[in-house]
Amino acid sequence: MTSSVYVLEYHLVNYRRTWRSSALSTLVLPLLTMLGFGLGVGAYVKSGVDGTAYLDWIVPGLIASTAAQTALGEATWPVLSSFEWLKVYFAQAAAPLRVTDILGGHLAFMMFRVLVSTIAFLLVAAAFGTLRSGWTLAVLPLSVLVGFSVAAPVVAYTASIRVDSYLAILFRFAVLPMTLFSGVFFPIEALPGPLRWLAWALPLSHGVDLTRAATLGLNPGVAGLWQALYLLAWCVTGWFLARWRFERRLVI
Amino acid sequence: MIKRFGDFTAVDGIDVDVQAGEAFGFLGPNGAGKSSTMRMIGCVSPPTDGVLEILGMDPRRDGSAIRARLGVCPQLDNLDAELTVRENLVTYARFFGISRATARRRADELLDFVQLGERADSKTEPLSGGMKRRLTIARALVNEPDIVLLDEPTTGLDPQARHLVWERLFRLKQQGVTLVLTTHYMDEAEQLCDRLVVMDGGKIVAEGSPRELIERHSTREVVELRFTAEDQGMYGEKLDGVADRVEVLPDRVLLYADDGDYALAEVHRRSLSPASALVRRAGLEDVFLQLTGRTLVD
Repeated sequence: MTSSVYVLEYHLVNYRRTWRSSALSTLVLPLLTMLGFGLGVGAYVKSGVDGTAYLDWIVPGLIASTAAQTALGEATWPVLSSFEWLKVYFAQAAAPLRVTDILGGHLAFMMFRVLVSTIAFLLVAAAFGTLRSGWTLAVLPLSVLVGFSVAAPVVAYTASIRVDSYLAILFRFAVLPMTLFSGVFFPIEALPGPLRWLAWALPLSHGVDLTRAATLGLNPGVAGLWQALYLLAWCVTGWFLARWRFERRLVI
Repeated sequence: MIKRFGDFTAVDGIDVDVQAGEAFGFLGPNGAGKSSTMRMIGCVSPPTDGVLEILGMDPRRDGSAIRARLGVCPQLDNLDAELTVRENLVTYARFFGISRATARRRADELLDFVQLGERADSKTEPLSGGMKRRLTIARALVNEPDIVLLDEPTTGLDPQARHLVWERLFRLKQQGVTLVLTTHYMDEAEQLCDRLVVMDGGKIVAEGSPRELIERHSTREVVELRFTAEDQGMYGEKLDGVADRVEVLPDRVLLYADDGDYALAEVHRRSLSPASALVRRAGLEDVFLQLTGRTLVD
């Protein structure tokens, strides 16, 4: 456990080099998406969604989606590089660290990145006055839940490939549909049956629902509990898959 | 000790005993099983079969505790290219639970030791091959290890960098650190190793000190002859008996004899006039080629 903190520390030292450039995009991206979708598209959605103004409705979806995107970004190229290009995992494996420390420390850093971009988004959203409830604070743990549920299985996937063209496939055939169909921009009910089931199967849709309940101050009810548990199942399964793949690569 | 990957046996039952404070070498051509052996000793690769004990511990059970007392310099540098030279050492020291202050102090000492002190704050990426190698060696020393594992420590370095690395490794040895290294450079093995084994095809084919191996597997001296004729092969017969062993290569003929000058005189007595002749002491390279053959292994 303590050893994974050292791994987290290593990633933070690395992040210190790039945080300025990434901080800018972390703030600008939510601003642009809110202006583009919230105000631009929102102007045509006069009636709002389920009685909520379109901007207020879309912001929590965008937050959950940003958490997932940040997690995905960290769980793909950096992981592949640590195995194939910079090979830092192999250097770490030669130290007293165990596979769980190496994996756990890197995932902890990914969650740190998720939190940073979530907080940035919340600040921008607060400036637009779209956060309606004190429950908004629950968005922080929720974003980690969403981030981990996506990051863990994707880390397992990345640990199983050798070239980055497989990452392009992942983004085209898994990430893009997940982002589009998970109720971020429009209600899932608008989708035809099979796509609706796909949306429910993937983790992001549940994260969007829970985040939306938090910022709008709605009661997610028992269904919300099941959704959180479903995300947790993705986290746990993803963790074990990732650990298995890491052991296959690092202990040979 | 045995290591198998599926049907392929990389290390086929080797038996090695390294004493504390010793410099021990694994020699062999590519694919001999040296790196697989090193990974097993480094506790990142469990042996398929056999017994392995390091510092009195069992890697299967105490891998982490053993690795805490090892320094590993892998064949390919796996430094973090994006961090500075010092950050590479400090972050790595932290993996051993070394406090930040101690890590920074030790990093500075080690950078002086490998003559990289002036580059402490520059990025690692643009360093030359020799500098990266020295930094990797410095990183292997951050935990003040009892055993340092070096997998081909000077492959790809220019002569200046090689000699600097050798000198630093020699100083470590003098400090009582156990060195375990692989190499296919014979001069490196002769420079550094108290004792070594020659591996081929996953097996040990010879064992001893460099001197013992030369005495056992080669003559004291070697005469290298070059003839002007295209085909050196025809000289094989004519030279029969001038030395203990005659080896005809495409470009030259080697005579293995305890007295090289005497053998060369014998060549001249037979009215053979090579274009050039060189009498030299036999080295580990002769032993190595004798034991592992001249066929190229890729």
